[in-house]
Amino acid sequence: MAKLRLVRGNTACAYGAVSAGCRFYAGYPITPSSEVAEEMARLLPRVGGVFVQMEDEMASLAACIGASLGGLRAMTATSGPGFTLMQEHLGYAALAEIPCVVVDVMRLGPSTGFPTAPAQGDVCQARWGSHGDYPVLVLSPAGVQEVFDLTARAFELADRYRTPVVVLYDEVVGHMMEPAALPPVGELEQAGTWRRPSPPVRAPYLPYAYTDGTPPPLVSFGEGVRYHVTGLIHDETGFPTVDPAKVGEMLGKLNRKIPEVPAEGLEPELYATEDAEVVVVAYGITARAAKAAVKQARASGLRAGLLRPRVLWPSPERVLRELASRVQAFVVAEMNCGQWGREVERLVCRTAEVVPVNQVDGTPLAPEAILQAVAEAGGRTGCGVAAGRTA
Amino acid sequence: MIADVRGYLREARMPHILCPGCGHGIVLGALLRAVHALQVPQDRLAVVAGIGCSSRLAGYVDACTLHTTHGRALAFATGLKLARPELTVVVLTGDGDGLSIGGNHLIHAARRNVDLTCVLFNNAVYGMTGGQVAPTTQPGWLASTAPYGHPEPAFDGCALVQGAGGTFVARGMAYDPLGLEEIFREALRHPGFSYVEVLTDCPVYFGRYNRLGEGPELLWSQKARFTEVGQMLVQKRFVSPDGTAPPGRVDGLQFGILHRAQRPEFTRVCWGRAARGGGE
Repeated sequence: MAKLRLVRGNTACAYGAVSAGCRFYAGYPITPSSEVAEEMARLLPRVGGVFVQMEDEMASLAACIGASLGGLRAMTATSGPGFTLMQEHLGYAALAEIPCVVVDVMRLGPSTGFPTAPAQGDVCQARWGSHGDYPVLVLSPAGVQEVFDLTARAFELADRYRTPVVVLYDEVVGHMMEPAALPPVGELEQAGTWRRPSPPVRAPYLPYAYTDGTPPPLVSFGEGVRYHVTGLIHDETGFPTVDPAKVGEMLGKLNRKIPEVPAEGLEPELYATEDAEVVVVAYGITARAAKAAVKQARASGLRAGLLRPRVLWPSPERVLRELASRVQAFVVAEMNCGQWGREVERLVCRTAEVVPVNQVDGTPLAPEAILQAVAEAGGRTGCGVAAGRTA
Repeated sequence: MIADVRGYLREARMPHILCPGCGHGIVLGALLRAVHALQVPQDRLAVVAGIGCSSRLAGYVDACTLHTTHGRALAFATGLKLARPELTVVVLTGDGDGLSIGGNHLIHAARRNVDLTCVLFNNAVYGMTGGQVAPTTQPGWLASTAPYGHPEPAFDGCALVQGAGGTFVARGMAYDPLGLEEIFREALRHPGFSYVEVLTDCPVYFGRYNRLGEGPELLWSQKARFTEVGQMLVQKRFVSPDGTAPPGRVDGLQFGILHRAQRPEFTRVCWGRAARGGGE
């Protein structure tokens, strides 16, 4: 039975993973994510799992992909600089369709940047970091309990869509402490080593023959089914192909397989949007400040609301377009120079004003800056040029 | 009598992509005969490879095959072996793949002593990308990126792996497939990280640029350049279980089984710890 404990986000992340059956962790130390590795190093051997500190981030995700093919649920955690190095294997796992979970606890970049001040600067990298066109699934928790919940769900999604799933949160969410319901270690230990069940296969196994828009369940290596996995474009057999018709078909279905709402309960959180004229869009720790700003705006008579995506990619196109048809403005608050705001602009498509509130000074956005933008947007009439605000 | 190992091949995938005269097929044949001799069930065999000509061989082996990214096959293989210790995991890599872009993974796989058999095809050139220099290209040799002769010294992969803590280190040559098969058997039997570097040939780039002839001439030159070793291979003295017999050394490269040691194997260490619930 889970009971409430005061823990930090990174601890909740490790517990979420282990409770979801994760029994393999390979990683490379980097703040502000290191506590995830430390917690996994402590937990995994106690629950019948393996922890290994690899030589770098490329090796970390590679080892996770190898372990996943061997039937273990596998995870790594990193921060911006390491996330950059992992792009090679995020692309590989996306194309080879091997489930794995990558946690990115964001710090201010670019490069070594400002360790380890919070930021939300990896949002576009999470979407476009690797070369080529490929699907991504990026979850964005805004608190400690949600880090636990979404990390656990990431494994289920990774298996269902046979894809890497990124759990993306900022340093504040990673390091802050809040009460969260975590299962006791003893309960996890009883679960023992978990292996992904391999489906019965009628020969030949076609690992990339889609059924109902998604790939078939993965058969682990060593289960008596011999097949080929490659980072080359392949056909439904898994072997490389250079036939343009097959290449186009393969990349087409790959890029269509993840729906906007990948599972129940992952719809965006909507707060006070029913009659809202100005909707604040924010995720991660910024969403907590945004909610405070919305409450203050309401208290002062402004009809404000909040849209908080739990899934950043694919972006919540349907909800945003529906809101855009009836609100006057969106205020997109984020700790970067407007990475997700541009996605909101693209989806809103000039049917409503989009006001960015950006901050890249290594401190979290305060409710006041967001409230001011809400008040200004609410006070404006017509659709003038959006006044950007960069602290 | 040479065993017929066609059962280990995906004949439906033929013809293969290798060039006429390439030595890689000889090496794969020796490897598969060793696998066959040790009666490794195909369902328990995993072949993991990186990027390059030699790494493409994985797709022709009828086993669980994983063709990965450039240089990182050993890291994938480490995860796979940890998840499935019962698999026999063979890693195929080239000299550029394993010693240049993947050098870091090689030394750490050796240090960890993961029970993998790493076969490094050394043809002293980047074949797949058009004949550029490799970390094994000797100074003065010509390549598409060394039109005036290579200005750098070459890597000795065996010395590197031994220095990093590898517990089985050997070097063979495509010229001597029977000796090579014997080395592979020993490597596959070894309970730890085993590294077998094999001199092979690339007539299309290396041979052509350096005017060394076609495949047969290149193989013949292995024999001519390594006479002393050839003699050793004939006498089968290269197998030295106690590690005392001096290996051959010609042209700066040593041949035979160069190093053997016993150290705790990483997979067993990890699962032993898991079985004890984390404690000692």
